[in-house]
Amino acid sequence: MYNLVESLRSALQAIRAHALRSFLTTLGIIIAVTAVIAVVSLIQGFRHSVTTTFATMGANSLTIQSDETQEDYLAGKVVKVTPDDMRVIQHDVFGISNITPILTLADFGSGAIQYGDQTAYAGIYGTTSSHAENTSFYPVMGRYITPSDDLDHRRVAVIGQTLITDLNLPKNPLGQYLEMYGQWFKIIGVLKKLGSIGGQDQDDRIYIPYGTAHSLLGASTVPNVAINLNVNNLQNLDSVVGRITEVLRRQHHLKPGQHNDFLVQTPEQTLGTFNKVLNSITLILGGIVGISLLVGGIGIMNIMLVSVTERTREIGICKSLGARRRDILMQFLIEAVILSLIGGVIGLLLGYGIGVLVAHLVPQFLGAHVPWWAVVLAFGFAAGVGMLFGIAPAAKAASLSPIDALRYE
Amino acid sequence: MTGEAILELRQVTKQYVMGDVTLNALKDVNLALYRNEYAAFIGPSGSGKTTLMNIVGCLDKPTSGEYILNSTPVAEQDDNALARIRNREIGFVFQNFNLLGRANALHNVMQPLIYRGVPLGERKRMATEALQNVGLGDRLHHLPNQLSGGQRQRVAIARALVGKPSILLADEPTGNLDSSTSSDVMTMFDALHRAGHTIIIVTHDQNIANHCRRVIRMMDGQILSDTATAGKEENLEALRRV
Repeated sequence: MYNLVESLRSALQAIRAHALRSFLTTLGIIIAVTAVIAVVSLIQGFRHSVTTTFATMGANSLTIQSDETQEDYLAGKVVKVTPDDMRVIQHDVFGISNITPILTLADFGSGAIQYGDQTAYAGIYGTTSSHAENTSFYPVMGRYITPSDDLDHRRVAVIGQTLITDLNLPKNPLGQYLEMYGQWFKIIGVLKKLGSIGGQDQDDRIYIPYGTAHSLLGASTVPNVAINLNVNNLQNLDSVVGRITEVLRRQHHLKPGQHNDFLVQTPEQTLGTFNKVLNSITLILGGIVGISLLVGGIGIMNIMLVSVTERTREIGICKSLGARRRDILMQFLIEAVILSLIGGVIGLLLGYGIGVLVAHLVPQFLGAHVPWWAVVLAFGFAAGVGMLFGIAPAAKAASLSPIDALRYE
Repeated sequence: MTGEAILELRQVTKQYVMGDVTLNALKDVNLALYRNEYAAFIGPSGSGKTTLMNIVGCLDKPTSGEYILNSTPVAEQDDNALARIRNREIGFVFQNFNLLGRANALHNVMQPLIYRGVPLGERKRMATEALQNVGLGDRLHHLPNQLSGGQRQRVAIARALVGKPSILLADEPTGNLDSSTSSDVMTMFDALHRAGHTIIIVTHDQNIANHCRRVIRMMDGQILSDTATAGKEENLEALRRV
């Protein structure tokens, strides 16, 4: 323990004596740790913002949609969740409210909308009045889709705020007409601004009455819809999910042993999927960055070996004064570890700085967030690299014979 | 020359193998040194005097023969034990001073005490005292390159003495110094001898050897002659007073 303090002191002295070289030595580690922390802080910040957004969507809302597997697709089996399914669920499952169909006419950014000579692309969905309660997407201007809009297949639209700018609409666009699928739609409402989740603009969409959307597809086609609903009592969530599954399996004539051709998802599940994806991304990026840490370690080993040769005489002097092998070994090992740790600290600060900077430049990320495990990991890795790549030079120094070392010019 | 020998070499041989040639750097050397002796190993280069010093200083092990230091057989000790002996029993003074360039005088003198595990405060006190004893009490925080050659050698002497070793081993201690500084350093060795230290000086310079009370002349790895002399210190002291 006592010698450890001495080795520490002497290592710091050696590092200070060659400040520039020490800095260049740790540069590899600095860059590697900077990269780790910057990447992790941004991914974690991203995750944080998404989690927060999901939390506002309400934990009691469920989404049912079709789930076509590879085999179904190859077998040519048509997998759908239909309006009939919805009616059966509404009738047979208790403790639910705001059951809402969502018919996707065009997914994000794929539906062409015209206003005057402007064209924009957005998601176009058919839905009913309960959608607003279901998702808390209320209009800030005008009104939402009403049951009579739906029944009469009125050609009206509630638009997201991005479209006002994209289509050069007046500040108050109510009463203006948009052209979609060769039909004219009157704007009756503008939704509140949602911002974006993970870089995906949420205000880039249009809702029209479900009946209108269905007739656009052709009244004889059976549409594939997503169903949103609220569970009245969150404690019954599991039994409601179970009951829906039961009803849909019966409705889809699935035999025991056949897998579900639909998904019942809670926001937590959706979040879980999202987190899984993020975790894989973190791992992959972490692996790449880990390699750069290894390269940094080799840099340290290289300089330490040079340093041992350069300080052969010093080692000889210390040995003549009574330094044992392990005194010399410790001194060089600690020097390598300290160099790495200094690199780790600088990298940590730099990485966090870059994370914050990027978060400011790209507002969708909503801030950088460095979790404690990333700090521990970066430090542990830096120290480990120092240890691993310090061993060879330190052993070389320790095994020098005192006479040869003293004679070294 | 009374009492037990502080060090004793018996039939010590040191061989170096260089390719096919085996070189006898030392050949059957027998030698005993006693407490408070002031001895010189003198001889031309290649005579084996440096090898002898390395063995006496526990920097090297003999190929065969026995070396007893303070009644401990040294020849069969391992590296760590030898390091411990160097730390406690031997004080080295080298021709080129061999100070740690990054450390100031005080830290240079404290260095051997680190390996002994002396606590910091005590270490500082001992080193300061040792430096004061060689007249460098006002140079504690100077780096070696801020000191003159004579001052550097005095730091080295302070470092050698700080651990109170049994033997002070000096290898050409004046080899890098001009003549007036040389005589200062030799005066210091003379004084140390009078103070009771056991000193061995390795040199090729007869004038330096003349300071010593015993001159061991080396040639081709063997002791050529081993003579007691009056020592020059009295003459020098007399000269100085004139």
